[in-house]
Amino acid sequence: MRVKLENLTKIFPNKKDSGEVIAVNDFTFEIPDGKLIGLLGPSGCGKSTTLFMLSGLQKPSGGHIYFGDEDVTNLPPEKRGVGLVFQNYALYPHMTVKQNIMFPLQSQKMAKREMMDRVLEAAKLVQIDELLERKPSELSGGQQQRVAIARALVKSPNVLLLDEPLSNLDARLRLQTREEIRRIQRDTKVTTIFVTHDQEEAMSISDLIVVMKKGVVQQIDEPQKVYDEPVNLFVAKFLGTPPINVFVGKIENGSLYIGEECVSKFNAPDQEVYVAVRPEGFNVDPNGPFSATMKSVEVMGRDSSIVSTHPAAETPIIRSIIASDTNVVPDANGKVHFTLKPYKTFVFNKETEERVISKE
Amino acid sequence: MEENKNLNVETPNLEEATSKYSALTSANNSLAAALKKDAATYDVKKVERNAKIQKTIVTVIIYAFLFFLAIVVIFPFYWMIISSLKTYDEYILSTPTFWPTQTVYWKNYVDAYSAANLGLLFLNTVYVGLVSTLLSLVITVLSAFAFARLEFKGRDSMFAFMLATMMIPGELFTITNYQTVIVFLDWKNTFTALIVPFLVSVFYIYLLRQNFKQIPNELYLAAKVDGKTDMEYLLKVMIPLALPSLISITILKMMGAWNSYIWPRLVTDDTTHKLITNGLRGASFFVDGDENKINYPAQMAAVVIVSAPLFLVFIFLRKYIMKGVSRSGIKG
Amino acid sequence: MVDSKQQWKAWVYLLPALILLAVFTVYPIINTVKISLLEGYQPLGAVGGEQYAIGFANFTKVIQYKDFLTCLKNTVLLCVLTVPLSCFLALIVAVCLNSIGRLGKLLQTIYFLPYVTNSIAIGMVFAMMFNIVGLTSVEVQGYTGTFEIYNIYVDSNGVERGYIAQSWGIVNNLIQAFGGDPINWINAFKNINQEGASTYVANITVMVIYIVWNALPFKILILLGGLQGVNKQYYEAAKIDGASRIRTFFRITVPLLSPMIAYVVITGFIGGFKEYSSIVGIFGEDMGPAGDGSLMTIVGYIYKQISSNSYGVASAASLILFGIILAVTLVNLYVSSKNTHY
Repeated sequence: MRVKLENLTKIFPNKKDSGEVIAVNDFTFEIPDGKLIGLLGPSGCGKSTTLFMLSGLQKPSGGHIYFGDEDVTNLPPEKRGVGLVFQNYALYPHMTVKQNIMFPLQSQKMAKREMMDRVLEAAKLVQIDELLERKPSELSGGQQQRVAIARALVKSPNVLLLDEPLSNLDARLRLQTREEIRRIQRDTKVTTIFVTHDQEEAMSISDLIVVMKKGVVQQIDEPQKVYDEPVNLFVAKFLGTPPINVFVGKIENGSLYIGEECVSKFNAPDQEVYVAVRPEGFNVDPNGPFSATMKSVEVMGRDSSIVSTHPAAETPIIRSIIASDTNVVPDANGKVHFTLKPYKTFVFNKETEERVISKE
Repeated sequence: MEENKNLNVETPNLEEATSKYSALTSANNSLAAALKKDAATYDVKKVERNAKIQKTIVTVIIYAFLFFLAIVVIFPFYWMIISSLKTYDEYILSTPTFWPTQTVYWKNYVDAYSAANLGLLFLNTVYVGLVSTLLSLVITVLSAFAFARLEFKGRDSMFAFMLATMMIPGELFTITNYQTVIVFLDWKNTFTALIVPFLVSVFYIYLLRQNFKQIPNELYLAAKVDGKTDMEYLLKVMIPLALPSLISITILKMMGAWNSYIWPRLVTDDTTHKLITNGLRGASFFVDGDENKINYPAQMAAVVIVSAPLFLVFIFLRKYIMKGVSRSGIKG
Repeated sequence: MVDSKQQWKAWVYLLPALILLAVFTVYPIINTVKISLLEGYQPLGAVGGEQYAIGFANFTKVIQYKDFLTCLKNTVLLCVLTVPLSCFLALIVAVCLNSIGRLGKLLQTIYFLPYVTNSIAIGMVFAMMFNIVGLTSVEVQGYTGTFEIYNIYVDSNGVERGYIAQSWGIVNNLIQAFGGDPINWINAFKNINQEGASTYVANITVMVIYIVWNALPFKILILLGGLQGVNKQYYEAAKIDGASRIRTFFRITVPLLSPMIAYVVITGFIGGFKEYSSIVGIFGEDMGPAGDGSLMTIVGYIYKQISSNSYGVASAASLILFGIILAVTLVNLYVSSKNTHY
């Protein structure tokens, strides 16, 4: 099912000073049918609120939500046909796995036989059909997660919503479950929207990523494009590990400066800027225009990470990742010289923090 | 590269240091061994033995104290049962018997049953207990649900006010309630008078609300998404999850009805509506009608009959009672 | 979290509780204050439109009444004697129970038994254990019966007399077994000559024993629960520091348990000031021998006033009781907040 958000807004009254908190601000977006969408952002950015508005548990303060062509903005949750998987799974502790999965069906008029068939089908899909008689407390975290997904899928929802689906799992399970969610989504072809604060998680399985900050959507794109073409400084900073290196700089007379060093040509009007360079955007070059005081080299198998400092950097240290067989020799002043890869270097206006593109 | 060189330079030093160190430790070791030998032959064993003796003595004292106290606690119950099985003649023996030596005199129970009209009182009490427990549970569950899960204006201040009324001694209510029930409602000698005034217990509402609050809100939201009404959620999720608390409340409420004495004495005076405790206190068991000669065996038989249901409940539902009580502090 | 337009739904859920609370809790609070200020109030008269003088006459009547002072004395005495005793004993038992492994559960269950009793019924059992059946005074000289004569004394005519009884009760039997003279503990019966009547001290002693016996289970349960919540590391640390058991008890156990101790002391005092049915259980509905030996308490006084239709006086007395309980609780809270180590 195609899902459309139109100027979706949610305002909470602030209890402390009777002011208002805008949790989601004017969100417009159309989710194509059968895609897996990741809502990404730091905590408090409004991604969970968006999810709850999609589910119908919270009413928007403004705007509309369409499922297909139908306006569901004012429909209660049970009429929308959504499946919701909670962060802590919200399994009923006193019911068996089977009873948990069957619970949503019992509100619909359905024959016992059919209910059982659908429970089995959902259980098989998430591969828990051998655990049906267990209680949630007898399951591992990963198994509970699957039960929760089965419970959400059993009523064949139009839209599947997942709230931080991986945050309660340990690192190894997280990787495995991530693939599992992707597989289930491909199998069922149900439009799926999940919320996460983990960029790696969002990058690895989403068809599209929506990056949010303080209730405002920053960028909606395919994962790689969000990484390669961040529209503003926030998006650039939020994605990627190790994080992107940010420097204070300027554009002057068609040249880009980091601090006082001219690093490249840049065809844009003169202005104060931030220059952000991905860790993999550095090439060691004794004659390179950019230099940083070297502190140490951390060898991590295939790659090495050069830890250095730079007076114009926003952070105490900067990190550059290079192939570990590269010969790194600091000069007499203890400085390493680099050239910067242009497609890994992003320039943002210092005031608006919006991307500045060089006109070739 | 440079670092490596430095390391190489330092290595011989390190080796030297290590050998020095090991020499030192070996000297230390022999010293320690000598000390240990001394200690082994003199101090340690003695200290260990003394500590062991001391520990045994303390343990024996603790057990002796606890067992003595257990006997003191149990003795009244034992004496109640034993006395109820004696004939009056055996009871008044100047050297008391700790076991009925003449005959086990079951007739006391028959006498007690008829003298205090226990059958009817029993039925009255069970009826009042069941009805008031049932209604009270419904009211408590509904209120606790509203306080725990629903959002409405004035919820917190209303709840705080209800909690505040818990501090006021019940006697203060009794006067007006007596007047309301007897004078205004004309409920004297009715079961309604025994049941209605005590249907709402703020404490039980509080207890259950706390329990409901522990149930994660996500379960409620999940049920909402699945199209459950509040009532369905209450019946299918909250009540099963709060069952232990509900059982505790049920037992304490039943016990309360069984033990109530003051209020029933005020609002009932005919036998058809009397409750068991009042009947027990009011019944007279005299030998030859002499007020100086209480027929204790018969009276104790009545006491056993009245106490037995409580003990049965305790034996089977001990866990719930103790859990409920540990959170309350209010008897009955 | 959930947007709820249906405020009225919450009120529907609360409705039964609110109606009953309004009638049987809120109205009584207001009404009790009202009638305590009306002199000679009669409910039927009030319905008939009778007017009453407003004032504090009911309160002065209560305070000046000689029997009320007796009630106050009895109540305070029982509180002061039983609360510290039962709390201390419960603390010792809880610590002992916590230190033993085996049998702990069984003993705990046994100690809890007095809680699940009917205080009237068990009061009657205590009465039986202490009471004397068929007490008679006889002249020692020329007594030919088979009973042994106890408590021999010389009466005002210079005649040596003593007491015989059909049964002295199990407690007196124990005293006799150790060679002591039996004591008239309860003497609920008025037709015995005054010389043999039970003393006030004996009456109070019985009550103290019964109340402590009855109060222990709850206090042990609470304190043991508190002890089991104490982190074992404190005790291990104390052991390593070589602290003695006594020192550990006063320096670690008591401070860590102070919130629970404060709780059982406060509830103990509140319960103590409301003492009533336990006395009825042992001494009967007249609450002990008439006159100086009376064990009437404040609550007993209130009920006596209700049954004699003196609503104004009863209301005033119940407000005074409320005031006393509030004051004692506040003092307790103040003291414990200074000594509670949390």
